[in-house]
Amino acid sequence: MTGNYLLQGVTITTGEVRDVVIESGLIVDKASTGTSHEVMDCSGLVVLPGFVDLHTHLREPGFEQSETVASGSRSAAAGGYTAIHAMANTFPVADTAGVVEQVARLGEDAGLVFVQPIGAVTVGLKGEQLAELGAMAQSKARVRIFSDDGNCVHDPALMRRALEYVKAFDGVVAQHAQEPRLTVNAQMNEGALATKLGLGGWPKVAEEAIIARDLMLTELTGSRLHVCHVSTAGSVELIRQAKARGINVSAEVTPHHLLLTEDLASGYDPVYKVNPPLRSTADVEALREGLIDGTIDVIATDHAPHPKESKDTDWASAAFGMVGLETAYSVAQQVLIDSGKSNFERLGAVMSSNAAAISGLAQQGKYLSAGSAANLTLVDPKDSWDPKPQTLSMSENNPFTGLKMQGRVRHTIYNGQFSYRDLSIMQRAGS
Amino acid sequence: MTKRTVLSADDISRAITRISHEIVEANQGLENLVLLGIPTRGVFIANRLVEVIKKHSGVEIELGSLDITLYRDDLAKQPTRGPGVTSMPAGGVSGKTIVLVDDVLFSGRTVRAALDALNDHGRPKAVMLAVLVDRGHRQLPIRADFVGKNLPTSSKEHISVKLSESDGVDEVVIES
Amino acid sequence: MRHLLSAADLDKDQAIKLLDLAEDMSDVNDREIKKLPTLRGKTVVNLFFEDSTRTRISFELAAKRLSADVINFAAKGSSVSKGESLKDTAQTLEAMGADVIVLRHSSSGSAHRLAHTDWVGSAIVNAGDGSHEHPTQALLDAMTIRQGAIKHPRGKDLTGIKVLIVGDLSHSRVARSNLILLTTLGAEVHVCGPATLAPASLVSSGRVHFLLDDAIKLVNPDVVMMLRVQQERMSDSFFPTEREYARIWGLNKSRLARIGENTQILHPGPMNRGLEIDAASADSKNSMVLNQVRNGVAVRMAVLLTLLSGEAS
Ligand SMILES: [Zn+2]
Ligand SMILES: [Zn+2]
Repeated sequence: MTGNYLLQGVTITTGEVRDVVIESGLIVDKASTGTSHEVMDCSGLVVLPGFVDLHTHLREPGFEQSETVASGSRSAAAGGYTAIHAMANTFPVADTAGVVEQVARLGEDAGLVFVQPIGAVTVGLKGEQLAELGAMAQSKARVRIFSDDGNCVHDPALMRRALEYVKAFDGVVAQHAQEPRLTVNAQMNEGALATKLGLGGWPKVAEEAIIARDLMLTELTGSRLHVCHVSTAGSVELIRQAKARGINVSAEVTPHHLLLTEDLASGYDPVYKVNPPLRSTADVEALREGLIDGTIDVIATDHAPHPKESKDTDWASAAFGMVGLETAYSVAQQVLIDSGKSNFERLGAVMSSNAAAISGLAQQGKYLSAGSAANLTLVDPKDSWDPKPQTLSMSENNPFTGLKMQGRVRHTIYNGQFSYRDLSIMQRAGS
Repeated sequence: MTKRTVLSADDISRAITRISHEIVEANQGLENLVLLGIPTRGVFIANRLVEVIKKHSGVEIELGSLDITLYRDDLAKQPTRGPGVTSMPAGGVSGKTIVLVDDVLFSGRTVRAALDALNDHGRPKAVMLAVLVDRGHRQLPIRADFVGKNLPTSSKEHISVKLSESDGVDEVVIES
Repeated sequence: MRHLLSAADLDKDQAIKLLDLAEDMSDVNDREIKKLPTLRGKTVVNLFFEDSTRTRISFELAAKRLSADVINFAAKGSSVSKGESLKDTAQTLEAMGADVIVLRHSSSGSAHRLAHTDWVGSAIVNAGDGSHEHPTQALLDAMTIRQGAIKHPRGKDLTGIKVLIVGDLSHSRVARSNLILLTTLGAEVHVCGPATLAPASLVSSGRVHFLLDDAIKLVNPDVVMMLRVQQERMSDSFFPTEREYARIWGLNKSRLARIGENTQILHPGPMNRGLEIDAASADSKNSMVLNQVRNGVAVRMAVLLTLLSGEAS
C-alpha cells in the first residue's frame, strides 16, 4: 500500500508553518478530496529535503564484518538520509559494471535508502590504469561519480586523463587529496602536538598541493572536479579562488572536520584516528566559514565503519576512519543554525540538494515541488541527546560518543514511505 | 582524644641510664659491641646510650644506624617513602655483637625487618634488642633484651615517644 | 604515581625524589649483597615488542635486586608476530599475575594506551614507545648529569646546567624525554641536528642550532648528549651520507678539544663509533657512558619501588 500522509503544522526551510501532503508517494500541493490521509501532528518539526550523502563506506562486498549495504542503509535512514553514495574501496573493488550493479541491487533489496554506487577511477584503486568508467556510467547503476577514495589519484597524467574521459558521461572525479610521498607514516595532523606525541605528521600541504594541481588540471580539461573531505584552511582558500575563476569544482566537508580537532589525539584513542586527520581549531573555523559562504558545497559523512579489533589497539596499528551517518544532522544544525550564522535553506542545500545535483540524482533533493517523489527528513531542532557508540551501523567507532548533541532526526520518508519513524527504523520503505 | 603522659623527661633519662648499665653488664669488656639505632628515634636513643656508657666506663662504643624501610612486609600498603639513612661502622658488623635500638616494641615486625636488613650487611656474632618502651601485643616470637619501661596498653591506644632531638621535648604519651 | 608513561608525568619534586631514591639504590648496588627483599612476591613483566637487550637487562636486574620475580616476554618471533595484539598479549601476561608491565613497543602511545584502557590493571612503565618517549632513560641521564656536576647531588635540581642534545630530534624518544625532564629540573636544554630532523615546533623555541660547531661555541655546554643515528634516516634522505653527518654533527677529537674540560659526554647506546661519535670522544675521560649504564639499574629500581609501594592502592 502506498500511503497518503498529511504532515500537519510542519515548519519548512523558509520558516513558514504549513501542511505538507503526500499522495501515492508524491508531493502534492493540497490534499485531493475523496482521498483519505494519515494525519500526523508535526508541530515543532522542521521538514527538509531527504539527505543525500556523497561519501559512504558500506564495506560490502568484502568487509561484511564492518558493515553491509543493509546495515549501512539502516544507519543512513536513521540519520535522515534518503540517498547515499557507496564508495568504491570494497573487495572486489567497484571498478566494473558488475560490482556497481551488485551494490545497487543490494541497496534496492534493503529498500531503506537509494544506494548510488561510486565507481573506481583506476583498476583496483592502484592508480595505474583507468577502470572502465564508460561501462560503469552506462550500467544499470548509472555511475556519475568516480573516486579512488582511500587512495589519491596522484599520478598527474592519469588524473588529467580521468578528468578528460568522464566528460563524455557528465561524470565527475572525486579526489581523495593526499600526496602520498608527503604522508609516509602519517598518523595525525603535523604540528607541535604530533611532535609531542611522537606520531608521524600529516602535513596540510599534502592535501593542498594535490588540490592546487587538480584545480589547474580541471581548468585545463574543462572538466568537473569534486574534492572529498576538505580538511584545511588552505584548501578552502584554494577552492574559493578557483570558484571565483569559474573552475567547475565542488567540495565536501565531513561532520567530524567541522566539529572535532587534533587535540583529541592526545589520549592515543584510535577512535579519533581518521584520514585526513583532525586538524586545528583555525582549520575548523575556516571549514565552517567555507560551508556557510558557499565555497564548500556539501557535508558528506565519510562514514567509515571498522570492526572493534581495528580500533582496540595502539594508535599506529589502528585503522583510519569513523562512523557518522547518524550524527551528521546534529553537527550541521550546530554549525549552521545554532551558531546563528546561516539558515535551514542552506542546511537543506548542503545536506541534500547540492549533493543530488553533483551526482545527477533526479529523484533527490527536490524538496516540496509538487509531483516529485517524497524524499523528506523531519527533524526536531530542540531534541538534545547523547550519541552512544552503538548505532544502527555494525561498527562502534563513533567519535561523537559522549558529546551532547542538539537537534535530531525524527522521521525519514523515502519515496513516500517512512524508512524511519519516531526514532525507530522501519523494516523497509517503498521503492 | 585524651592524652596521658606516662614517662617524663626524668623517667626517660633514668630508663636510658639503666639500659646502658644492663648493656655493660651483659657484655663484659664492651669489645666488639656495636649499637645500631633504627631510624628515626632509635638512632637518637642509641646516641644517648653511647654517651652514657662513655661517661661511666670511658669506652666509646661503635655506633651506626640501620634503616628498615625496604625490608618492611607492608610496603605496598604504605605511601612511598624514601629509605632513611643506613650507616655501618667502619669495621662492618660481621663477628660483632649488635644491639639494635628502637623506641617502641609493638608487633615485632620492625625488629624482624631489622634482622633481615642486618643479614644483608654481614653475619654478626650475636644480636640483642634494646627498646625504650615495650607495649606488648607481639605478633612474632620476638622479645627485647633491655627494656626501659613495660607499658601494657590497649591495641587501640597510640603511644607517642617524643625526644628533644626531633620533637623538642622528652616525653612518652598515650593517646586514646 | 600509578604508571610512568612520560617524563611529563613527573613534576620537579617527584623527579628529585626519584633521583634521590635512585642514589639510595645505587648505594645498595655497591654493597656486598646487592639485593633487597622489598618486592618479594611481586612479578615484573618485561614485555618487549622491539629488541633492546640493554634496556631489558637493566630492568631485569633492577627487578631482581628488589627480589621481584621477572618474566621476559620478547614479542618478536612469538605469537605476536602472527597477529596477536598488544591487548591480548598484555591481558595474557596479567592473567599470569603481573604487577608491573614494562613495555617496549614500536608504536608511539602504546604504553599510554595500555595504562588508560580497561585492558589491564597492572602498573605500566614505558620503556620506549615509538618515537614518543623513554622516561627511564631521561631519569638515568639526569642522575648521571647531577652526579657529574654537583658534589652532593641529593635533593638538588639541575639549575644552571647547560645541556646540548645532538642528533635526530624528530624521531628520538630519548631526546623528547630528556627535553622534558631536564627542563623540569631547571637545566637549560639546547638541541642541535640537521634541519630535516628538527621539528618546526621545536625550532620556534629558539634553542635549536643547525650546526654543531656553532652550537658548541654559542652554548658552551656542560653536557653534550649524542643521540644514536638510525641508518634508515639516511635512506629516507634526511641527510645525504654518513660521511657528511659525521663531519657536521659527529663528536670528534677536534670538537672534544673545544668543549670544556669538565664537559660530560652522554650517549644512550649502543654507539655508532665513527658516525655520531668517534673513538677518542667515546673513550675520553669526559665519557659518562658507563655511569649511565650503572645509573640505569638504580633508576629503574627506584621506579619499580615507587610504583609498587603505597600510593597506587
Ligand atoms: Zn578519503
Ligand atoms: Zn572515504
